[in-house]
Amino acid sequence: MKKIEAIIRSSKFEQVKEALSEKEINFFTFFEVKGYGHQKGSSMAYRGAIYDQGYIGRTKLEILVSENFVEAAIDAIMTAANTGEKGDGLIYVSSLDEIVNIRTALKNSESINH
Amino acid sequence: MNDALVQAQEALALAKEAKFIANNMWLLVATVLVFMMHLGFATLEAGFVQKKNVVNILFKNGMIIAIGILTYYLMGFNLMYPGENEGGFFGFAGFGLTPPENGMTPAYADYTYWTDFIFQAMFAATCCTIVSGAVAERIKLVPFLIFCILFVSISYPITGMWKWGAGWLDARGFYDFAGSTIVHSVGGWGALAGIILLGARKGKYTKQGIKPIPGHSMPLATMGVFLLWFGWFGFNGGSVLSADPELVSLVFVTTTLAAAAGAIGAFFISYIMFKSFDLSMILNGILGGLVGITAGADSVSVLSAVLIGFIAGMLIPLSVSFFDRLKLDDPVGATSVHLTCGIWGTLAVGIFGQFDDPGTGLFMTQLIGVLAIGAFTFTFAFIVFFILKVSVGIRVNEQEELTGLDLGEHQSLAYA
Repeated sequence: MKKIEAIIRSSKFEQVKEALSEKEINFFTFFEVKGYGHQKGSSMAYRGAIYDQGYIGRTKLEILVSENFVEAAIDAIMTAANTGEKGDGLIYVSSLDEIVNIRTALKNSESINH
Repeated sequence: MNDALVQAQEALALAKEAKFIANNMWLLVATVLVFMMHLGFATLEAGFVQKKNVVNILFKNGMIIAIGILTYYLMGFNLMYPGENEGGFFGFAGFGLTPPENGMTPAYADYTYWTDFIFQAMFAATCCTIVSGAVAERIKLVPFLIFCILFVSISYPITGMWKWGAGWLDARGFYDFAGSTIVHSVGGWGALAGIILLGARKGKYTKQGIKPIPGHSMPLATMGVFLLWFGWFGFNGGSVLSADPELVSLVFVTTTLAAAAGAIGAFFISYIMFKSFDLSMILNGILGGLVGITAGADSVSVLSAVLIGFIAGMLIPLSVSFFDRLKLDDPVGATSVHLTCGIWGTLAVGIFGQFDDPGTGLFMTQLIGVLAIGAFTFTFAFIVFFILKVSVGIRVNEQEELTGLDLGEHQSLAYA
């Protein structure tokens, strides 16, 4: 079992969701996140001064999959979230020890449908 | 023949009474409109501060109107309209309200004594509300309220008397129809004294330049400005002090044209200066136009009203930049709106005013009025703030400023 975390442009969220759905991945968690890095924050204007907002807003997905879905998921995100501009985001994958479905008590790969 | 005469006299008396009722009614409607301006100030100021300071700014606005009305009843009204010492600097007709014998009849005015009081009382708190916005997000609550009590019950009525109470400026021919100077720049001078002694909010002026601290709700600020514009029909329209059809309708036209022109003036200058479409600037521009036309709303041509408003709007971005350059931090732009445009509007009467008998040197008279009231008010406010600063302190500590005054002063949150 793997956990795929992907930080993407919020504007690409719907497209990524559809692309994952086409690969039968219909179950994930997502968050509105703030980040800071090479890009600096977004440029804002208020009362005569231009300033750095201090952060960039992004959406982060957290997807739990079986090993054989990992490639498909990464592929779907890479295609749907790519604009070619700086700031398209990152995907990182880590291994999981255990997953438990609270309602069914099923464990690991059986607990998720993908 | 005799009967006909009697009937005619009765008809005339009825017509006079009807006119008295109409005049009085309009003044009361105008009073309610001016009251609405306090909601406008409250929403505008709330919108322009950070969300951690909203309870504090609303608390101040609630207390200011209460203090303003009560002190005006206790002494302000009789300091501002002493009915004695005409042409002088100071008069006082005693504490409380005492209606004169003819106070409820046309012999007193086109309205009753009660109407007179309540209309003027609604104006009074405005001068403190203006200060409240400028000193927001860092001033201690109780010292600020002490300042308000002294400012609204002593300073405002004394300088108001100089013109509206038939004092020395009135005798010199100074003209300020509804208070560009007497109300707005008075508030602006108080605000200026406050922000000089308080210092800027933490993090506003850094080595890297100005770091704006955006207001938390532009919809609230916008609502506030439209409520103020709405209330201004009463502020200026009521200042005709009767329901005179021609004058009241003229004042409605000049007032609203100046507000519209103020937005356009601020739009162009802020775009030229900052290359951005800044909502806060056109909101201030509308208010600048309104403050600007207030001194001459009944005595300038329609075209002049547009020009006065337009120039007031253009002054807003320039003035905001000017105060920022001096590192005088004003979160809501009160000094630019009320002080800069209040001075402009008062001087504009000396340029555009149309009077049957234009006194020679009206512009100089206007300038003298602006400077005299400015000098008195600024000195008064500065001394009061200074004494408070060296005795109890006027600024919250750094930790409280960072956490927000809502938790620091009130232990509560606006958005729980």
